[in-house]
Amino acid sequence: MLNRGTSDRAAAVVIGGSAGAIQGLLHLLPGLRATSALPIVIVVHLPPRSPSLLTELFSERCALPVREPCDKEPVTSGIWFAPPDYHLLIEKDRTFSLSLDEPDLHSRPSIDALFESAADCYGKTLLGIVLTGASRDGARGVRTICDLGGECFTLAPDGSDDLCTMPRAAVEQGATPVSLADLGDLLRLAADMHPRGRTAVEKYS
Amino acid sequence: MTNVGDVAEEGALNLLRDEGAVDALLHSIYERRHYDFRRYARASLRRRLSLAMLEFRCESLHGLQAKVLTDDRAFAALVRTLTVPVSEMFRDPPFFRAFREQVVPELRTYPSLKLWVAGCSSGEEVYSLAIVLAEEGLLDRSLIYATDINEDSLARARTGVYSIDRMKLFSDNYFKAGGKESLSRYYTAAYAGAALARSLTANVLFSDHSLATDSVFSEVEVVTCRNVMIYFDRSLQDRVLGLFAEALPRRGFLGLGSKETVLFSSHATTFSELTVREKWFRRC
Repeated sequence: MLNRGTSDRAAAVVIGGSAGAIQGLLHLLPGLRATSALPIVIVVHLPPRSPSLLTELFSERCALPVREPCDKEPVTSGIWFAPPDYHLLIEKDRTFSLSLDEPDLHSRPSIDALFESAADCYGKTLLGIVLTGASRDGARGVRTICDLGGECFTLAPDGSDDLCTMPRAAVEQGATPVSLADLGDLLRLAADMHPRGRTAVEKYS
Repeated sequence: MTNVGDVAEEGALNLLRDEGAVDALLHSIYERRHYDFRRYARASLRRRLSLAMLEFRCESLHGLQAKVLTDDRAFAALVRTLTVPVSEMFRDPPFFRAFREQVVPELRTYPSLKLWVAGCSSGEEVYSLAIVLAEEGLLDRSLIYATDINEDSLARARTGVYSIDRMKLFSDNYFKAGGKESLSRYYTAAYAGAALARSLTANVLFSDHSLATDSVFSEVEVVTCRNVMIYFDRSLQDRVLGLFAEALPRRGFLGLGSKETVLFSSHATTFSELTVREKWFRRC
């Protein structure tokens, strides 16, 4: 049974993942309706020097707009991917900010950097989702989101392989493990409960 | 099992939620040290302050404040941490290709040229621009102002010596940027360092300049300021773009980082896009 604490009042969703995360996202994102005003901000670890093909890959499959933000761009509805080789953060005025600070846990973009800054900004209305990967990135961010009253979910670790390192670390810090199907339901609910024209988010656009 | 470093950083990040304490620290640095970080973008500033607290083993922002106000070396280290001197030669090769193919042809029509590399960090970008100008036959009639607030970075920029390990990456970038020679033509390798040719900086003026507090010092035809304003908040970004608008004549060129734009600033209509992806703009 899913806890529906944050998901039906989420003002924003942050998602992080590494190896295996794209398959997860292909399950989660294409089903979301274009009428949702929910910002969904995503960090996927990628090689730093290749231009990201994520926006193309998901634009073709998603009803919501899929973009890479520029610095100081307002956080509005739709799906946002961190640009390769930059940390992506959210400022309290609900704009994106980028940084070239050193990699955190060997990663730039860092999931923790996004989650921690988003938690500061959205507090109780933030939903965090951790997908798969072989690092512990995201765990510190999960702790911060939970400490500030938001809610986190992760894919239930279903084996001992490397890709479960990330979800296992997230569970240790307070994320609830669920199946991919449940995660899909949860995200759809969060998106549908946040239709266009109802919230304060749009006033920044 | 969470490792000790993570716990320490977590603790520091939690403390930094106290915006009042951050304000007090930045204000005292401004008053006593005359460096103005008050209008830096807060989310990444908070992360960097938390790193500084780990580095100096301070358990509170108050402790950090006491340390950097009394200890000159600690303060210099804090400036290094806060100004993030990360750069590489020909970073984002398409930017330099666009400079060569779309900006240079117009610059060729000017009898003399002034360029301003604002926030030049350790100088990689200055040498990159100088190489393109040299190959296009424009370096002799160019004057490049290279400015930064970080004295250590400026000293490194003047020296022009980079780790030999990085030259492979710089060479790859150079070719992708449309380089005409071999990058090795421009440096001498010795031990672990590669020293860029002095001739490249014969017309470069390296100087201390704060985008947060100083004003325009010259009219220039080209400004590049890449991945510097991402660390500034909106109001400071507006100030800096205002400086560039003042320094550039009509039709002057402004080059920004690959994920930066003037669109979300108060100068959105002061500049127009010359190239969309490579982030070259022109003064309207």
